[in-house]
Amino acid sequence: MAQRPMPLDRAPATHQLAPIRSQTGPTAELLHELVAHLRQHRTQLREEWAQNITEARLLTAMTKDEIFAEATSVYDNYVEALATGTFEALQTYSRNLSERIIPRGVETNEVVGIVLLLRDVLARSLFAKYRADFAKLDRILDAYEPAANRIANTVAVGFVQERERVIRQQQEAIRELSTPVLQVRERLLILPIIGAIDPQRARQLTEQLLRGIRTNRAKVVVIDITGVAAIDVSVANHLVQTVEASRLLGATVIVTGLSPEIAQTLVNIGVDLGKMNTVGDLQGGIEQAERLLGYKVVPLVEAN
Amino acid sequence: MEVPILKQGEILIATVQAALTDSDLLQLRRALVEKVAQARARGIIIDVTAMDVMDSFASRTMREMAHMIRLRGAETVIVGIQPDVAFAMVQLGLSMVGVMTALDLEEGLEYLHRSLRGDPSR
Repeated sequence: MAQRPMPLDRAPATHQLAPIRSQTGPTAELLHELVAHLRQHRTQLREEWAQNITEARLLTAMTKDEIFAEATSVYDNYVEALATGTFEALQTYSRNLSERIIPRGVETNEVVGIVLLLRDVLARSLFAKYRADFAKLDRILDAYEPAANRIANTVAVGFVQERERVIRQQQEAIRELSTPVLQVRERLLILPIIGAIDPQRARQLTEQLLRGIRTNRAKVVVIDITGVAAIDVSVANHLVQTVEASRLLGATVIVTGLSPEIAQTLVNIGVDLGKMNTVGDLQGGIEQAERLLGYKVVPLVEAN
Repeated sequence: MEVPILKQGEILIATVQAALTDSDLLQLRRALVEKVAQARARGIIIDVTAMDVMDSFASRTMREMAHMIRLRGAETVIVGIQPDVAFAMVQLGLSMVGVMTALDLEEGLEYLHRSLRGDPSR
């Protein structure tokens, strides 16, 4: 089975499963027999499984050929995991599989569903084979079931982890987009903040603002928080600290658009109003910033 | 390590070249406060671009230095505080109350020139 190499940026699997080979001799022998059976009937069982997937209306986002191709590789990896008793390869495979099918809109229940279907298809074939010898069937199932459950677990966990990774990545992207530091005039920056501010975002805002002051050589910064409904005490303190730090870099900060709730919070933490320059709205803030920078904006008609 | 102090008209420029020990800071304070009268300076710039740490002793000494220089008849501007240093300072409550700060040497000079011109009585 060809394994795709693991991408380097991927975090190592957070939980390592111990190999089930540590089980006693007879179990290993039974598993061996089991694997031989599954390998022998590969074509037929695989087809039966693919059939079941279609009937259960799983993986509807994929074509029949794609389902069959994926089913083949999942089957082989499944049997491989049973044969070797190690799950690392399966973990890697399930992560690669998830990476391919998540963008197609495949849901968690579908992935879990198909693996459970495979487990059932294989169990059925074992029933059929050992129908005559009930004691042996019992022992075979004793060996098969824990391993099969573990495989289902591994695949499901791999899928969920991959999805969480994608979600985290997207969150990061959104966060980066959500804190723009914009230059509106020479030496004048505005920082419009929209939405809830948690401590992490507050830290990021500060970092970007201080870096922006340095790279744009800003003298005045207008932080507009019209789009922020409320902030908690720690974020309020952080805001005050950001204003202070900007001053240490030689920039004046004007905060605009404070909601009544935010004003209340700032008064509650006892903010020094001598340090905090606030203006009602963004327009007023920019006007004051222009005055500080020595700009005067006049309408063209009046200028004539 | 001694901090070199350059004279530029009525402005003195002290450029910190590397991390300063406590005794270096005290030495700088002594030298600057002394030199204000000697050089008949009216503006002092302390460039701390090279400092990547500003602890409580350093910022208190800087603040005291600025106040002492003010009493000796000149104005102090601290320039070049790094963004990380600035934020670390305010988090530790080490804001330089009553001390003028500017982005870099150029800004500091511009500010002093403006300030000294705008107030000819001093």
